[in-house]
This record gives sequence, structure tokens and C-alpha cells, in this order.
Amino acid sequence: MILVNYFARYREQLGIGGEKIALDGSLRTIADLRQHLCARGETWQQVLGETSLMCALNQELCTPDAPIEDFDEIAFFPQVTGG
Amino acid sequence: MPVQVQTELFDLGELTRSLHAEEPGVGAVATFVGYVRDLNQGDQVSELFLEHYPGMTERSLQQIIDRAHQRWPLQRASIVHRVGALKVGEPIVFVGVASEHRQEAFDACNFLMDYLKTHAPFWKREHTPSGERWVEGRESDQLAVNRWTA
Repeated sequence: MILVNYFARYREQLGIGGEKIALDGSLRTIADLRQHLCARGETWQQVLGETSLMCALNQELCTPDAPIEDFDEIAFFPQVTGG
Repeated sequence: MPVQVQTELFDLGELTRSLHAEEPGVGAVATFVGYVRDLNQGDQVSELFLEHYPGMTERSLQQIIDRAHQRWPLQRASIVHRVGALKVGEPIVFVGVASEHRQEAFDACNFLMDYLKTHAPFWKREHTPSGERWVEGRESDQLAVNRWTA
């Protein structure tokens, strides 16, 4: 299982803050996971399909080609706006 | 503590003093404070809510400080960022740097803010007369951080 978190506007638009997903052989990278989630429907496609999407793997910013492993913590969120 | 994420207000005087207390080699302290503005993109803003990613937030701020230490000879550097509900005029963030001379203090302070704005997982939601909205990331912030890798 992996833990997938959604923050800020993504959390609101998707209506979920986080979920556990079983890792199967087809999910090898963050990009695979993103594609898998986008296939859930129009809202998912719109939100996670944004080009400005940011992602983190085990609480570190990463690029979509980052490989994922069982027990990883992944997060998707819009561009950060702190400061 | 070089990194603090908190809901409470912070004391600027205390934070600034802590940058050079018992550090007689410090000749320069540069600080930056960001405040909640009453106007954004032409709309009146009455309040902000700051969401963050607990755990990753603290890690990312510490990493940004570590990068600044690698780049400049700094005695101390600290970041305090508030989260939760903030009213207009309240401080959001404090960044402070202590070094021997002013130039590295100014530069590192700028560097810390540029990275914080583009790499630390905080999101602002603002209250306006027409409702609440999430603040969108700015292209200018992305450009600002790119100059450090150019």
C-alpha cells in the first residue's frame, strides 16, 4: 500500500485529503500513479492533469518520473504560495 | 530553533536578537518579514488561511536553510512561518540571517525567501467580499528562484 495525499485546492476539488492505494505492477512511477488517478473521471483528469501540478515523494519535492515503492507517501498539490 | 511553524504571532525583536546572541563574530543581520495585505489582484482581502503539509514543511524549510549555509558563510539562519487563520496586517513569515558582512546576509535572506515561496508546501486561501479563493502561484516567483541556479 502507498499513501497518497492531496492538499489545498486539490483536496477541495477532489473531495478527499488522502487515501491508501494498493501498489500493483503497473504503478512504477509518480507519473503512472497520476495517470491511474486521472482515469477515475473528469474532475480527477482536470485537477491532476494540470501542468503546474507539484508532487512529493516521502515529503520531498520530486519529478513525475520518480519511482515509487510499497509504503511510500506521495502527495499531489497545486503550486505552493507561502511566504 | 532555526525552523518554526506555528499558529501564534512571533516577536520580531526576540527573533532578531537570537540571530546574534553569543555570536560575537556576527557583524550583520538581515531580516525579512512578510505581512498579510488588504488587497490582492484588485480585490479586498479581510483574512488569510494558511494550509501546510505537516512534516514536509519543517523538512523543506530546514533543507532551504542548509542550502543557504552551503552557499554562504553564515553564522545563523532562521525561518518562522505561521499557519492557520491570519488577519490583515499580521506577520506571516520571518526570515533572518546573521553573517560577518552585510552582502552575504542580504543575499542569503533573498535566497531563503525565493526558495520558500517556490519549494515549501504552504498554500494561502483568502477571504474576499465575493467569497473564499485559493491564491495561485506566480510566474514571477518561479523566475526569481531561477536566478540562483543560473
